[in-house]
Amino acid sequence: MNKFKKIFTTDSYIVPLVAIVLGFLVGAIVMLMGGYDPIAAYSALFKRVFGNLYNFGEAVREMTPLMLTGLAVAFAFRSGMFNIGADGQVMIGMTAATVVGIKFAALPAFLLVPLAVIMAGVCGGLWAAIAGYLKAKRGINEVITTIMLNWIALYLSNYIVRAFLLLPGQNRSEDIPASLSMTFLNSLFDNARLHWGTAIALAAAVFFYVYLWKTKQGYEMRAVGYNPHAAEYAGMNVGRNVVKAMFISGVFAGLAGAGEVLGVFHYQSVFAASPGYGFDGIAVALLGLTHPLGVVLAAILYGTLTYGSAGMSFAADVPPELIRIVIGSIIFFIAAQGIVRWVLKPFYFKRKKEKVL
Amino acid sequence: MDLQTLGQLLNTTLVFSTALIFASLGGIFSERSGVVNIGLEGLMMFGAFAAAVGGYYAQDAGMGGWAPWIGVLCAMAVGVLGSLIHAVASITFKSDQTISGTVINFLAAGSTLYMVKLLFDGSAETPLIDGFDKVAIPGLSKIPVIGEGIFNSYPTTYLAIVLVIVIYFVLFKTPFGLRLRAVGEHPSAADTLGVKVNRMRYIGVMLSGLMAGIGGATITLTTTGTFGHNTISGQGFIAIAAMIFGKWNPLGAFGAAVFFGFSQAIRNYVQLFEWSKGIPQEFIFMIPYVLTIIVLVGAVGRSAAPKALGQPYDPGKR
Repeated sequence: MNKFKKIFTTDSYIVPLVAIVLGFLVGAIVMLMGGYDPIAAYSALFKRVFGNLYNFGEAVREMTPLMLTGLAVAFAFRSGMFNIGADGQVMIGMTAATVVGIKFAALPAFLLVPLAVIMAGVCGGLWAAIAGYLKAKRGINEVITTIMLNWIALYLSNYIVRAFLLLPGQNRSEDIPASLSMTFLNSLFDNARLHWGTAIALAAAVFFYVYLWKTKQGYEMRAVGYNPHAAEYAGMNVGRNVVKAMFISGVFAGLAGAGEVLGVFHYQSVFAASPGYGFDGIAVALLGLTHPLGVVLAAILYGTLTYGSAGMSFAADVPPELIRIVIGSIIFFIAAQGIVRWVLKPFYFKRKKEKVL
Repeated sequence: MDLQTLGQLLNTTLVFSTALIFASLGGIFSERSGVVNIGLEGLMMFGAFAAAVGGYYAQDAGMGGWAPWIGVLCAMAVGVLGSLIHAVASITFKSDQTISGTVINFLAAGSTLYMVKLLFDGSAETPLIDGFDKVAIPGLSKIPVIGEGIFNSYPTTYLAIVLVIVIYFVLFKTPFGLRLRAVGEHPSAADTLGVKVNRMRYIGVMLSGLMAGIGGATITLTTTGTFGHNTISGQGFIAIAAMIFGKWNPLGAFGAAVFFGFSQAIRNYVQLFEWSKGIPQEFIFMIPYVLTIIVLVGAVGRSAAPKALGQPYDPGKR
């Protein structure tokens, strides 16, 4: 049995891959039951994403905030916390970037844009740190505080946009002069809204990896996440690590907000309800097994599927909601690895036999 | 603000609280047995969907006043079925409970809308149905304020209030409740005493699906009349907050749910107050959430979750 286990831990990529295949299979079965053609639907999905440069660029644009919110949720997870509040942190990041982008428009672009991005990250981080502080100092469950902070962020952002930045007669802010757009690439991709946020997201993933696995502070953070009591006994300051981990998690989410307003929309809307970035982030973090490389790959998969699902409904008439069933099943099979192992079992025995022969 | 308005405010508060009461009671069953249930949102979605569809077909079949109750039954069944996904993954296959709860949310959001489009020719919403009517309790409904506020409500509201008391009694005064809580606090000790840990946990999770299903049904059958993509938007997460706020106790969760319900209701009435004219509406919307955090910081303090919450039970590990 131990040997059996070893096979799966050494090539840990097999389980996610099989989970993805099984997820697509579940989707296909659901489509067949609804009377649709799964092959036509899936090929339409991929054709939409990879069919022309504009759509490919837009799909990359869609992946960018997913990477950052995925990293945010994953980072908190690694430190032993469940950050349901990425949504609110994105809102705060958006608002900070918008405020700086509009109110300091007189600054030259090479100062204005970095300032707006940094403020978005810092404010998102501080917003998340509130939940970290309350957990560290008062022992208040971060799940409840981050849910509450999501709503507060939504209303606070709406208030700021409505009271100070409103474009008269519209339900959105004035246009933001600061921009993260990659103008040279945009024309190349047929005006797809590519922006520097994608580069920021990839850099954030690298930072995530280096910080958690190559620095002493990261080691402490993982130790606290793994077993706070042992970490405390070893002389680590658990509370400070909790606050710091939430801060960094929030910075990732805040940067996602900056990318969306400075790179994609160039204004901020008054939101009727929460835009849902944070909940996608939870899914991406789980799909990526809370590892930075996994999160980047998961965001690519998630972005491809959600962006492509519109093509699926055009070409094969399949409701785009189907894709959520596919994503949900993939996460299910990744989580319940026992099922995947059970599916794989016969293949592994076969291979062993061949070796013996 | 006259007495009649006060009664109406109380009544609206209860309308908004009812779904939260059901769902948070469901969360208590699951988490008291040691299984985290982040999937309440999805389970409510399943319930709201099943109630809308079941209620529609029952109404179509000419069942009249019974149709909403058929909807509730469908919601209970579909809620339990949905929660089984969570139970199988997290109890039998010992996967991370947070992850399988999230899976429920995803599958629910996807499959319910997929089914709606399939059943109703691509429409994004179910057809409007009649739902429940308010029932006035003879005599009691004549009492000023309280009569208008409490004793002239939807049947689901009465059911929710009764269930709070029943579930409190079941959890804390019966052998079943003791076993359920034991399994969530110290599964190996419970196992030694002959309690079937995994069976109790299955029951806990399935009851949470049942209750959250009724919660979802309440929303379609009393508030919206249809099911669409934003029928359940964050209610399940608020229910989780109410459960934690209420310290995994039915009475506490009831109080918290009413508090959140009040905060939703007050929006409709706030313009009646003279003092509210100068305050931007966003700050009024924010009040309950800010207040929740302040209350947690000041009075409630550390919330004590069941000790074995989130840990799969492995009999080989002591």
